[in-house]
Amino acid sequence: MLKLDRVVTYYGPIMALKGISLEINAGEIVCLLGGNASGKSTTIKAILGIVRPQEGAVTFEGQRISGLGTGEIVRRGISLVPEARRIFGRMTVWENLIMGAYSRDGATQVELDQDIERIYGLFPRLRERTTQYAGTMSGGEQQMLAMGRALMSRPRLLLMDEPSMGLSPALVDQVFDIIQEINRHGTTILVVEQNAAVALSIAHRGYVLQNGSIVVQDSAAALLQADDIRRAYLGEDSS
Amino acid sequence: MSDLLSMLPQQLVFGIALGTIYGLLALGYTMVYGVLFMINFAHGEVFMIGAYVGWAVFAALLDHQVGGLHPIWVLPVLLLPAMLFCGGLGMAIERFAYRPLYRRGATRLGPLISAVGASIFLQNAVMLTQGARMKVYMTNLLFPREWRFNFLGVSVSALLIVMVVVAAIMMWGLNTLVQKTRLGRAIRAVAEDREMAAVMGVSVNNVIGATFFLGSALAGVAGVLIGLYYTQIDFVMGYSAGLKAFTAAVLGGIGNIKGAMLGGLILGIVESFAVTFINPAFKDVIAFGLLILTLIFRPEGILGEPLADWKKV
Amino acid sequence: MSAHRKWALIAAGIAVALLAPLLAPNDYVVGVMARICLYALLALGLNVVVGFAGLLDIGYVAFFGIGSYVYAFLASPHFGIHLPTIVILPIIIAATAFAGILIGAPTLRLRGDYLAIVTLGFGEITYILLLNLDRPINITGGPSGLITVDPPSLLGFVASRNLHYYYLFLLVLGVFLTASIRLRDSRIGWAWQAIREDELAAEAMGVNTVVAKLQAFAMGAAFAGIAGGLLASWQRSVFPDNFLLQESINILAMVILGGMGNVLGVVLGAAVIVALPEIFRDLALYRLLAFGALLMLLMIFRPQGLLPARWPLREKAAEATTKRGATPA
Repeated sequence: MLKLDRVVTYYGPIMALKGISLEINAGEIVCLLGGNASGKSTTIKAILGIVRPQEGAVTFEGQRISGLGTGEIVRRGISLVPEARRIFGRMTVWENLIMGAYSRDGATQVELDQDIERIYGLFPRLRERTTQYAGTMSGGEQQMLAMGRALMSRPRLLLMDEPSMGLSPALVDQVFDIIQEINRHGTTILVVEQNAAVALSIAHRGYVLQNGSIVVQDSAAALLQADDIRRAYLGEDSS
Repeated sequence: MSDLLSMLPQQLVFGIALGTIYGLLALGYTMVYGVLFMINFAHGEVFMIGAYVGWAVFAALLDHQVGGLHPIWVLPVLLLPAMLFCGGLGMAIERFAYRPLYRRGATRLGPLISAVGASIFLQNAVMLTQGARMKVYMTNLLFPREWRFNFLGVSVSALLIVMVVVAAIMMWGLNTLVQKTRLGRAIRAVAEDREMAAVMGVSVNNVIGATFFLGSALAGVAGVLIGLYYTQIDFVMGYSAGLKAFTAAVLGGIGNIKGAMLGGLILGIVESFAVTFINPAFKDVIAFGLLILTLIFRPEGILGEPLADWKKV
Repeated sequence: MSAHRKWALIAAGIAVALLAPLLAPNDYVVGVMARICLYALLALGLNVVVGFAGLLDIGYVAFFGIGSYVYAFLASPHFGIHLPTIVILPIIIAATAFAGILIGAPTLRLRGDYLAIVTLGFGEITYILLLNLDRPINITGGPSGLITVDPPSLLGFVASRNLHYYYLFLLVLGVFLTASIRLRDSRIGWAWQAIREDELAAEAMGVNTVVAKLQAFAMGAAFAGIAGGLLASWQRSVFPDNFLLQESINILAMVILGGMGNVLGVVLGAAVIVALPEIFRDLALYRLLAFGALLMLLMIFRPQGLLPARWPLREKAAEATTKRGATPA
């Protein structure tokens, strides 16, 4: 469904992504792992057109999207749950969700209301806060809002940038359960994460990014097993 | 002294009238600053051009000896072309003088200087095409002098009431648009987090254009109103009015719509009072002084949210 | 450029500057040359504030005005004081530098647009004060200004012809030019550059941004003040209308056109902006229109100006990177 082919991007004079290739098939959960400044967020930006690849191509459902504007790319069915949530703090929960559906030009109010209902079904806590300003909510609630907002555009591919960041372990489990449920309903998901263990626990496959290059790729099970890989690249013990 | 004090209520009324105009102008500054973090230096000239457009329509009506002039239909006929023309002009300025400069450089010098250039250009374009002498609004043909009433010893003219009503309608309209419509949400999204708005599918450039249209249209309204109120307009009026309106925007809280109107009212009233007690020549000093004090002691303005680090501003 | 060529060019430049008025067709042209030198001083001063330190001061003309009026106070019948020029100049420097600090202080926390507007406000306030402080006590002479100001005198020689003024201004210009170059390459100059590029980073590196910014304001103000004194002594009068906002914008245009930060560039910019209206006299009506258009087009097509600035800091950094070779991770 999504394919990156030897994508190279620059940050000023510095090469951020050094020719990475990866593939995501429809229906999968794929995780992209790596430490700080490994290029994870840059990959997301490259997919979404926020950063333009200098070389290489990004294709989505057979069509080349690298070089298109972000709005165009989003309209083709890709959505983002950004790092640090980045919900619109000065808007209410309901308004944030409605903004999520902005790219759906033809949607009727009835359809949008139904979708919002569905989101509230996934995240009951949001229903309680529908008129609350998003900026006043807790980190976990904001994460749910960010996910709900991303789902409002009915994406076929959902990009998630470090969903576990800043959340308590209990919340992390909750969030990743929901990610699995979203996937079960048919959405393909790319999760970018530093917390390798939890990401691999729900993913089908994984890539490991280091210094802008893919160093390992394998099935999630294999990655979880291989001790040396875990320690070398994911930098932690088995947990 | 008691003489002066007894003038206060009347001055208050004048202050409110002036305040509505400053408020309408301040709305334009505040909206543009909200989405672009830039002071639209040319905004004052758009206001001035609005006054000229209104004058031209008014003069045309008089030339063709259209009878039965009544504000109820003449006013919209003056306002609408001014709003549309100014709205379009504002969009054009953004498109050609600012947009090419967004990507450049670390400093915000580029758009600011371009704005100064646009301001000078527009001023002189009007002077060259319309003549250097002032134009007159025949307001009393529309609002006869008798149309006033006395309220607690203060004389309030019908024109004044109309001004306040028009400004209130405009502000209400803008606020509704920004709070309740899809475009309004898009504007707020761009103002808050431009990148995420783009990820939602918002066309940031279109939203910026729309913001300029709205702010400039309001400037057009303000231009017509000030023409009717002061009856004299000239090509330099945009400059000082613009600066004062900017002061009003900062006073109320830049980026905040209600703040802009509030700031406008406060500035109008303070200026009116100041003129009574101090040499009128210094009234501009009041406005600048207020601006400087606000930026030093409460840069976020009255209704603004305190920003964590005002160096970002 | 080799040292030899550099010195040869400088020598040539000085020769041209010294001989130019002798080649002028008439006295009026000499006057224009003098005016170019005067405005070059202003451009150099603003260059310190805007070009070096990155502080957008649109109210710069205020210092020009303060310097002028101080000179007029101290060398005219108005207060009956007639100090020699040599004594007045340091007083002007002190007064305008002080004004620079006064005006700069409130702006320290402000950035870009806001800084510009506040300095604009101060510029306007200065103009209004100059215009109106003639009642109840006549300090500034009001709209009609002050007249019969003494001409500059040095060791008994009193300037009277445009030619004298030209050489006087040229001399001061030479001094300021040297000072500017020295400043740019000095420690404070580096501090200014750092602030201009990234203020937070500069602070992190230990630059005292408060002091550095105030120094920039004071320095720039002093340059303008001296230029103001020279104007007063040349015009033999001062009027508030000499110091309108448009002048600030003119000077800013000179700096931008010439190349913000480039010392020679801004002198060139001053020459162009002063000379152009003279060349296109017939199109005087369209002067401002063209001026406005020029500013816009300049920003879009050539924001770096005629002579782009060379920043020692940036160049040294670039050198260091290429020496190390590979791109860092």
